[in-house]
Amino acid sequence: MDYTSILSSTVQDIKPSGIRKFFDLLENMEDVVALTVGQPDFATPWHIREAGIASLEQGKTYYTSNAGTIDLRRAIAEYLERRFDLRYNAEHEVIVTVGGSEAIDLAFRALINPGDEVIVPTPSFVCYGPLAELCHGKPVYIETKAKDNFKLTAQDLRAAITPKTKLLVLPFPNNPTGAIMTREDLESIAAVLRDTNIMVLSDEIYGELTYGRRHISVASIDGMAERTIIASGFSKAYAMTGWRMGYLAAPAELARQMLKIHQYAVMCAPTTSQFAAIEAMRNGDEDIEYMAAEYNRRRRYIVKGLREIGLPCFEPEGAFYVFPEIGALGLSSEEFCERLLQESGVAIVPGTAFGAGGEGFARISYAYSVKHITEALERMGKFIQTLR
Amino acid sequence: MDQILKMLEDDATLTPEQIALMCEKEEGEIRDMIKQYEHDGVILAYKTIIDWDKTDREYVSALIELKVTPQRDRGFDKVAEKIYNYPEVQSVYLMSGSFDLAVFIEGKTMREVAYFVAQKLAPLEYIQATATHFILRKYKDKGVVYGTVEVDERGNII
Repeated sequence: MDYTSILSSTVQDIKPSGIRKFFDLLENMEDVVALTVGQPDFATPWHIREAGIASLEQGKTYYTSNAGTIDLRRAIAEYLERRFDLRYNAEHEVIVTVGGSEAIDLAFRALINPGDEVIVPTPSFVCYGPLAELCHGKPVYIETKAKDNFKLTAQDLRAAITPKTKLLVLPFPNNPTGAIMTREDLESIAAVLRDTNIMVLSDEIYGELTYGRRHISVASIDGMAERTIIASGFSKAYAMTGWRMGYLAAPAELARQMLKIHQYAVMCAPTTSQFAAIEAMRNGDEDIEYMAAEYNRRRRYIVKGLREIGLPCFEPEGAFYVFPEIGALGLSSEEFCERLLQESGVAIVPGTAFGAGGEGFARISYAYSVKHITEALERMGKFIQTLR
Repeated sequence: MDQILKMLEDDATLTPEQIALMCEKEEGEIRDMIKQYEHDGVILAYKTIIDWDKTDREYVSALIELKVTPQRDRGFDKVAEKIYNYPEVQSVYLMSGSFDLAVFIEGKTMREVAYFVAQKLAPLEYIQATATHFILRKYKDKGVVYGTVEVDERGNII
């Protein structure tokens, strides 16, 4: 059969993630020290796992209400207030989703009309552009730059806005750069948006992983809550990637519309995971502190280590990635990463995997043990010597 | 600083240089702190956790409960000291509850351990009773789970 004539042209037009090829190469090699993984190296804290197990033992294997159990939505609303000074109504403004990813998808599907423009700062996580395209929206990319500490600037934002702009994605703390937006940074973005009808999708999945200062949600800036959808989840803060637990928080009218999509597409988030998530929200603050402190030690270690082997490195203040500059070594990001893998057995991700602005950089995850990082740094140091 | 102690407790192979990087301190400062800890007896020793079951070393370990008559002025200390001086004794703890001293012993065979208890421990002055429990399997010790070697199974999702 000729599937190309059958398949949706929108889907066919979407490019598969370029990084797959690199990972396939990686999977066929032995003795590789990988620093590629975008997920915590901790297991979910035991008390949280136990809550999931207990729910299974008690036979809680049913669907919950579409938006998630009211207990969990209340726990999320309380958590958002406690940790980020945000006020959301648990009944009408919070939806439990299948990972933060579904929350992002719901926001796009609820807002985008064909032809609408979605502003996406890059380098950033790979999903925003393709998801916008699936809704027949048009991604408009803004390259953030090392000289601006990879922040989105009000100036660049203003320049990208057109009458068709519907939505701004704010992916901070950022994967892959580790950049954050401070209150002042967000104030200047808010000043651009306040008098427009442009909405903000704030992807705050790394919101608990900032170092030295707390994450500020754009929704806590004056006048922004009404135009913001927060997409977040449990994966990074509580090391719960496999549970697929996320949530969104948005004004009631928007949440009601997004709930329709959620209800028809997935019905409800996994029940076992919801019970585990309640435990995480109610009794998991210490786990977050513990893991964040551990990441912070590794962050300092790897930033210094990279600088010592001669790779300039922007000081990341969030997430668990560093984004060193490799451009001066005369190779493209992809060439650098491919040769590093083949000649030294170290896997890192070319910055170009994260869109425009990634050329000349590479993403290194420090969700690995110090021993593992040390081995990788030694190998990288030797490889860089051969390039000079 | 507790943080450094905790880091070393988890991984004694960390070098002062590595710790310094992670804590944003000078290497010399960390070196001095460790030296001070060693001098003050806060850090007592650095050891390795080995799963001997994965080697061909023959060994057996046991927990011995001891009921002891405390001595005037010295309580249990004198008896404990007598016991911990035997090289076969790995650990000695003073306990609350139905017995007084918990003693962990290692030997080559059960017979050897039983002999040690019968010949060395039981006859000691002030010992009223002993109960020997052989350890059949270690599941977890000092925070480390035995038997499993961690494999990174995380999917490459960026």
